[in-house]
Amino acid sequence: MAKEKKESVIESSLKRKYKLQAKDVNVFYDDFQAIKGISMDIKPNSVTAFIGPSGCGKSTFLRLFNRMNDYVDGFRMEGKIFIDDQNINKKKVSVEQLRKQVGMVFQKPNPFPKSIFENVAYGLKIQGIKDKTFLQERVESSLKQVALWDEVKDNLNKSAIALSGGQQQRLCIARTLAVEPSVILMDEPTSALDPLSTAKIEELIHELKNKYTIVIVTHNMQQAGRISDYTAFFYLGEIIEFDKTNKIFTNPEKKQTENYITGRFG
Amino acid sequence: MNNIRKNRLKDQAFKVWGIACTLLGLVLLLIFLGNIFTDGIQRINWSFLMNLPSRSPEKAGIYTALMGSLWVLSLTTIFALPVGIAAAIYLEEYGKKNKLSSILEVNISNLAGVPSIIYGLLGLEVFVRLMEMGASVMAGSLTLGLLILPIVIVSTREAIKAVPKSIRDASYAMGASKWQTVYFQVLPASFGGILTGVILALSRAVGETAPLIVVGALAYVPFAPLSPMDQFSVLPIQIFNWITRPQPGFVENAAAAIIILLLVTFVMNGIAVYFRNKWQKKLK
Amino acid sequence: MRKIKEFVIEKLLLSSALITIAITIGIILVLSIEAFYFFSEVSILDFLTDTEWTPLFTNKHFGIMALLSGTLLTTFIAIAFAVPVGLSISIYLSEYAPKSFRKTIKPLLELLAAVPTVVYGFFALMVVTPFLQGIFPELSGFNALSAGLVMGVMIIPYISSLSEDALHAVPYSLREASYGMGSTRLQNSFRVIVPAASSGIIVSIILAISRAIGETMIVAIAAGQQPRLTFDPTVPVETITSYIVQVSLGDVQHGSLEYRTIFAAGITLFVFTFLLNTLSHKMRKKFREKYE
Repeated sequence: MAKEKKESVIESSLKRKYKLQAKDVNVFYDDFQAIKGISMDIKPNSVTAFIGPSGCGKSTFLRLFNRMNDYVDGFRMEGKIFIDDQNINKKKVSVEQLRKQVGMVFQKPNPFPKSIFENVAYGLKIQGIKDKTFLQERVESSLKQVALWDEVKDNLNKSAIALSGGQQQRLCIARTLAVEPSVILMDEPTSALDPLSTAKIEELIHELKNKYTIVIVTHNMQQAGRISDYTAFFYLGEIIEFDKTNKIFTNPEKKQTENYITGRFG
Repeated sequence: MNNIRKNRLKDQAFKVWGIACTLLGLVLLLIFLGNIFTDGIQRINWSFLMNLPSRSPEKAGIYTALMGSLWVLSLTTIFALPVGIAAAIYLEEYGKKNKLSSILEVNISNLAGVPSIIYGLLGLEVFVRLMEMGASVMAGSLTLGLLILPIVIVSTREAIKAVPKSIRDASYAMGASKWQTVYFQVLPASFGGILTGVILALSRAVGETAPLIVVGALAYVPFAPLSPMDQFSVLPIQIFNWITRPQPGFVENAAAAIIILLLVTFVMNGIAVYFRNKWQKKLK
Repeated sequence: MRKIKEFVIEKLLLSSALITIAITIGIILVLSIEAFYFFSEVSILDFLTDTEWTPLFTNKHFGIMALLSGTLLTTFIAIAFAVPVGLSISIYLSEYAPKSFRKTIKPLLELLAAVPTVVYGFFALMVVTPFLQGIFPELSGFNALSAGLVMGVMIIPYISSLSEDALHAVPYSLREASYGMGSTRLQNSFRVIVPAASSGIIVSIILAISRAIGETMIVAIAAGQQPRLTFDPTVPVETITSYIVQVSLGDVQHGSLEYRTIFAAGITLFVFTFLLNTLSHKMRKKFREKYE
């Protein structure tokens, strides 16, 4: 069933111009306004980076796409978020269904205190999939996609917590891939990792782009320059500039963007 | 100069006093335990464990009391465990910051401070009289179940709280529902802590005397319970009964039974501490 | 389908949590109803002012003061022993002792609270009373002193553990300021730290008092069964709790006035402990706000 869905997603995404859209979004936490009037269109099979100083709303905005902000006290949103032309905040939308389509990788790797196999299979398990062969195949292909298979294939029953930081993060990505989403959200995925692991994951993101739409929040501007097609510069809850990465980093329109890029502030 | 000297002396004096106080309680406990041990150890043999109570101290044994304690402990677990864990899950995972939650919290902390004998009065009226269970194992177990319920809830909550938020986040981000997250992630991760809390609550229950006396557990029961509706006695009540008997032989019996009771209590506490350490290591 | 399952599960869990409220309502109802019947036969004035408690004799008196004085006397002795000892322990562990000592001693002290109270009762009667009789020959076989002292030993960890947490929670910066001015640990402890942690310490004492008031087996075994309005620790007394045990062991008719006396005694006990617990809860909230 998941396979059929994916083909139709690819088919329709070829027809659709934009994968993710935001229209006039405002976000409030009680009285504090975290996001001010943001609209954005993201193309399918692209990597979009969100950059900007700390606390400017990048993570908050990212989490609108999988509705993880719903759990925060005092959260309130105005405006619309669309995925595949569907408003995801409508009552009839199942948030659990949404999160199978839109996966998330967190800043600090958070594998479950279970075995490697159980971590990757978790997303399928909660959908009720019990077929052992199917699970094994899917786990293997997910681990292969993140280039972790060869390292762990003989130890699938070992605890995931025993892996190194970089391996754990790749495991978390594999876990997300196992349910075959079409969008992957990444919230500073390499900021807690060493340079070698960071490089491996950047390489991975580059490959994943072919199958998925990726949005990544990053503090590391060089990283944004390396891996993203489009970049959005956030400042104090607003988007100052959103354009092709090349343009943002070589010839930005706004002075503020230029100041941030060249390190004059932030 | 003199003042500084005086202050230093006072400081040292208090240090000595502090150590003395700290050791006082433990030393007293050791003295008591030593006394019990010498009084009772000779009395412990297989016949003591297997005999029924009797009017003659040499013939009396703790069999019925032991069986009663076993019955009560088992039934108490069956009542208190699921209800306590379920309530703790609700409060920690499903509760919102509203009036109901704060009422529930205050209420539970109040219940934890209610003297155990009051639970006995509650059990007497509701289980023994109103629900016509009589002075049965069932009535006693339900009463103790209510008594340890707040303890189970509080310690389960602590265990659940210790599971890092990041694990829940990861689970929700994958599209798991709240119950799936609780069942597949939170409960397995907090299992060790929950187990510790339950064992500690049960080790408290095994030593409880007053509420069961009020419910009607008898001091002289010539048979072990065969069904939950049978009359019963428990080890601490047997001890209490023997202490109040005038014949000197019963003092030894009481001491011997105390040794058994303390053995059970300390072993349970030890197991609980062992599991707590093991679980704390696992989460790190 | 999934949504229905989630809804049902949530309601099941909620009902488990609501059982706790049912318990409280049950306690209040049971005590109040039986007490109500009791007070329809015995005037509240008599209950509160009569100085004798003899409901099981032919000449019946229902003065709760006789039982209350036994409860308060034993509690007072227990607290008078446990507070200085427990506080000293907590100050020593918090301000003087090396970490390793603290780590090993703390669980050992908590062992004191884990011993079943019937065992403590045995000590009080068989060991402490004969020992004290060697010092005070007029001490009777059942008395408030032995029971009170042993209760004190039992509640040491209530005071020492909670006070120690309170002392520990005081920010280190306060100690730095005090030592920086050349004070000794003793001066620092008593002049700076203890006052700063005072609300936490008071909470621990209130909880210990509540525990002592509700204690049953130690007094049932060692304090005696003679209710009397007295502050003499050397004579037998009876507490509210040991009275309830005494009646429960006997053959009292259900529904009779004598039966109802245990609920009248019980509701008195409940009111005291409820007030103390509520007080400590309010203070604990205030104390937490101070350091967060």
